[in-house]
Amino acid sequence: MRPDFLRCERLPNIWCPGCGNGIVLHALLEAIDQLKLDPDKVVLVSGIGCSSRAPAYTAFDNVHTLHGRAIPVATGIKLANPNLTVIVVTGDGDSAAIGGNHLIHAARRDVGITVVVFNNYNYGMTGGQASPLTPTSSITTTTPNGDLDRPFDLVNLAIGAGATYVARSGIYFTKHLVDHLKKAIAHDGFSLVDAVAQCPTYFGRFNKKGSPGQMITSQKDWMVLKSVAEKKTPEELAGKVIIGEFVNIDRHSPAAAAAPKDQA
Amino acid sequence: MSEKMVLMQGNEAVAEGAIAAGVRFYAGYPITPSSEIAEIMSKRMPQVDGTFIQMEDEIASIMAIIGASMAGRKVLTATSGPGFSLMQEGLGYACMVEAPIVILDSMRYGPSTGMATKVSQMDLMQTRWGTHGDHWVIVLSPSSVEESYQLTIRAVNLAEKYRNPVIVLSDETISHLREPIDTSIMPTLVDRRLPTEKAGYLPYKTDESLVPVIANVGTGFRTSFTGLVHGESGFQTANGHIAEALIERLRDKLFNNLDDIIQFDTDRVEDADILFMSFGITARGVTEAVDSLRSHGRKAGSLRFITLFPFDDDRVRKAAGNARTVVVPELNSGQLVLLVKRVFGDSRKVVPMNKINGDLISPQEILNFVREENL
Repeated sequence: MRPDFLRCERLPNIWCPGCGNGIVLHALLEAIDQLKLDPDKVVLVSGIGCSSRAPAYTAFDNVHTLHGRAIPVATGIKLANPNLTVIVVTGDGDSAAIGGNHLIHAARRDVGITVVVFNNYNYGMTGGQASPLTPTSSITTTTPNGDLDRPFDLVNLAIGAGATYVARSGIYFTKHLVDHLKKAIAHDGFSLVDAVAQCPTYFGRFNKKGSPGQMITSQKDWMVLKSVAEKKTPEELAGKVIIGEFVNIDRHSPAAAAAPKDQA
Repeated sequence: MSEKMVLMQGNEAVAEGAIAAGVRFYAGYPITPSSEIAEIMSKRMPQVDGTFIQMEDEIASIMAIIGASMAGRKVLTATSGPGFSLMQEGLGYACMVEAPIVILDSMRYGPSTGMATKVSQMDLMQTRWGTHGDHWVIVLSPSSVEESYQLTIRAVNLAEKYRNPVIVLSDETISHLREPIDTSIMPTLVDRRLPTEKAGYLPYKTDESLVPVIANVGTGFRTSFTGLVHGESGFQTANGHIAEALIERLRDKLFNNLDDIIQFDTDRVEDADILFMSFGITARGVTEAVDSLRSHGRKAGSLRFITLFPFDDDRVRKAAGNARTVVVPELNSGQLVLLVKRVFGDSRKVVPMNKINGDLISPQEILNFVREENL
């Protein structure tokens, strides 16, 4: 990874020891490097939360916005300057709760941005509350008796809303994560990567998931490659999270929408 | 009527004024009584190589224009009270990151959804205090279609010059009024200052103007924007001294330039013993009432606020002459009058005149009020 992609003077970061966010950020920078993008033409846009602090450690143009609002800001930047590579760095609460409406509409419009969800299954920055991606029955600071709600399946949510590239990966599978981030960023259209990280400080501790290292390595036990999953029965896949590429289709071509210029 | 004059609706004048001012990005969400602006922009933006997008709500609309502004476009969104409420977090964010944006708020009757097609002036204090935290915005108030055009141009210029949100506070009546206006004079346009030297670039370092010289994203300067308190580098800090200096600068960059920003329209103030202080559509009834009072020998005058905020007590006091009685007619339960009372204290008789039934204040109502209140 190119060290000049980081603003080393901003380090150390604010993340807890053992946080998975650094691995996702590393993978993202690796993907940008491998794609040989002009760093002057990359803009990282984030919302609020642990994940959303990541862009300010990078040496790109970066916009730390409001909670849930990274996607509309990214939409404005991309439409104003389509030559830029605009990447949204967001978390599970930021993207799926307060920013959920923006997420589905950006997918529907197929606006050419990439959304990278640093998914740690809870609100880390505010102390480990339940998010829309928190698994049912999990203990969080706002679900002391276990979460009664069902989580979104972010991948299917994005597909249903019209995203043209959707993938999921985990921080244990870093090459897999980098590869799918590369494809998402290179994709012409709306792309989303559900990058499953971990929060050892809150979600892990409350739910007895073990040490940060154990949380990361456990991903190989409960994550299944899509190609493998396709050969398994629903019973065999119970409780498993499937990773891989779910949608990769051509951009929705809009109907000729340009107004004739002579129609004053 | 001159050949240069065209008949235009208030909302159309805002759209055309914005285009004349260089606006090339519009994001919005439909809402009465501002929807025509979005409709016009959806047609006009592609014609001028601009961008129109209808967003999923007003929160997204203001955030999209902030993003487009960061990428270098001159930008506009338009809304009314319920949508303006949703935009408040974005307004505070734009103040903090110093993004030049223009918001048109066409006031309808509130609170809540109120009466969508009825006029009010109930959003005055919302423009000033709608979003949380100490912050400063520029608020301009047109009282005609012509002025809707001119003040939208001025709003874009002020936003660029001071890197600050500017609100054009119109209302349902002006939005839907049709009047002849002259759009033939090419306006003077102001563009934001841009940095030239990458070495030592600090986006929020300012000269004596106190206005930062921030690069547009994608131009190689690698700027950091955040709504968190930040120093000259643009990076977040919890240093109280830096926080204090930032908030003071956000105030002073406007308050050091009040001569440039503040405009009043005064009419026969010099010898007036009764002065009407008003803004927007209400000022039009005042003009006719002043004429009528003068024709009956009463020394009446008018001060109309073209710039509502920043509000400078000293400048208002100086512009207001010596009238012993000040009447403040407005289409709300008393918002502007709070500021006027602050200006004059006990030195003048300040009389609120409020109408909150969704109709305008007519000249005759003003005359009746003066008579009935023995003013």
